[in-house]
Amino acid sequence: MNMKVNLAGVELKNPVMTASGTFGSGEEYSELVDLNRLGAVVTKGVANVPWPGNPTPRIAEVYGGMLNAIGLQNPGIDVFCERDIPFLKKYDTKIIVNVCGKTAEDYCQVVERLAGEPVDMLEINISCPNVKEGGIAFGQDPRAVEDITSRIKRLAKQPVIMKLSPNVTDIAEMARAAQAGGADALSLINTLTGMKIDIHRRTFALANKTGGMSGPAVKPVAVRMVYQVAQAVDLPIIGMGGIATAEDALEFILAGATAVSVGTANFYNPTATVEIVDGIGEYMRTYGVKDISELIGAVNQ
Amino acid sequence: MKKKEICTVISQECIANDIYSMWIQTDQIAAGAVPGQFVSLYTGDPSRLLPRPISLCEIDAMGGRLRLVYRVTGKNTGTEILSRMKKGDTLEVLGPLGNGFLLEEAQGKRIFLMGGGIGIPPLVETARQLSGKAQVTVIAGYRDQLFLQQELADCGRLVVATEDGSAGTRGNVMDAIRENGLTADVIFACGPAPMLRAIKTYAGEQNIPCWISMEERMACGIGACLACVCKSTEVDGHSHVHNKRICKDGPVFPASEVEL
Repeated sequence: MNMKVNLAGVELKNPVMTASGTFGSGEEYSELVDLNRLGAVVTKGVANVPWPGNPTPRIAEVYGGMLNAIGLQNPGIDVFCERDIPFLKKYDTKIIVNVCGKTAEDYCQVVERLAGEPVDMLEINISCPNVKEGGIAFGQDPRAVEDITSRIKRLAKQPVIMKLSPNVTDIAEMARAAQAGGADALSLINTLTGMKIDIHRRTFALANKTGGMSGPAVKPVAVRMVYQVAQAVDLPIIGMGGIATAEDALEFILAGATAVSVGTANFYNPTATVEIVDGIGEYMRTYGVKDISELIGAVNQ
Repeated sequence: MKKKEICTVISQECIANDIYSMWIQTDQIAAGAVPGQFVSLYTGDPSRLLPRPISLCEIDAMGGRLRLVYRVTGKNTGTEILSRMKKGDTLEVLGPLGNGFLLEEAQGKRIFLMGGGIGIPPLVETARQLSGKAQVTVIAGYRDQLFLQQELADCGRLVVATEDGSAGTRGNVMDAIRENGLTADVIFACGPAPMLRAIKTYAGEQNIPCWISMEERMACGIGACLACVCKSTEVDGHSHVHNKRICKDGPVFPASEVEL
């Protein structure tokens, strides 16, 4: 039985990865999860310099999920390279670095700095809904998507994954733009912009007013978008959005995802990732699937 | 070492309006726990996904038991689900989490353990473990109904303040200090932000070393998601900005180190 998948030339031992921003750089979760069992660790977004993030409250629970507006707090690329990459290198897993920026130059600086580092792939966050500049601003206009993708591709020494926002009219158009810019793979979906109001205090639940919604409640939207994008482009897709169980992960794979990322589920089930690896294996045994590639996009038309 | 375990409810009791006391049986969590730490409780309700961080009121390390005293925050909340659990029910628990109070800082000294509302419960185990090693004065501020007063009185001098004046000093914990002319060499405090702000100011003026336990909404509970940060005067070790993680770097901080 083969659970290995190939993402733009990078071989993962299994298709299960962590969703950026929910797993730090793995250090905190390594007390509870054997990182060697993961296909890849996708780090929290890292910028060229440290970012302090947004004021608190930064999160709120909503029905079947949560809102977050962390605002990409991160230590900057220098600390990241000195501390987080060596930590992850101790494990037998692939390292995918999520890159964020306020300007195209910010992204480019981080990508150039990572060129000589032992990381396997880059995931470019053009879809964070919680920062005023950068983030989603690059991800809601196809010309901007193509432009930032091609600029990054010129500098990148690792395969480039563009992470797409669901807060658009037509995600397939954004996927085609990323492909035209030379993207090697796509990640989707980032969070859906939402809002919660505290009726007793008559205030916004989040200091940022809006936040990104994630968790099981967003999964049907994400599966639909993965399917649409899989029909529209010829790039490997990393599917995410509310994945909490192997059954959830398999839906994304059947819809066309080569790999999956587990995000919010880590918060309420720290061992969700490894349980999903085991559950996919069980499904393959039950249905006599010899190679996981047989399942990618294999939903009956 | 933090663990995620399935724990069994030993008892559940309402001890004041909206305040519940639950004893749970753990496998290893209680054995490694210290006063001032907390656990994350999972409600088991798929619409209430995030863990509820609850402070440790009492730790029975030998028996593997923990006492959790918590406030039900409203109708249809996660804490309401917790309050409906009965003896024999099971729930998932992650812990022990956070750093806890540095008891050695109080060794041989006159200490104020100051708590307000649902910040009072962690003072019980703290007072118990300091009992006989420090001169403990617990200053507990309540809205109206008292709870845990017997447990606290057993471990040292208990001074009470109530907002409605129904017991002790009318007012808050600072009023109780003034009214009783109390003094201390060190302060540990837990409670709402306005109370902590007043204590921080008082400790600064009096030049008393002071540690406070902070609170913020949490998601992961282990320092990964960066939801529960507080503003710190020092650059933090994680992101190298001025944001300490309450769940991991705290919840207990030197008062001088955090901005309130």
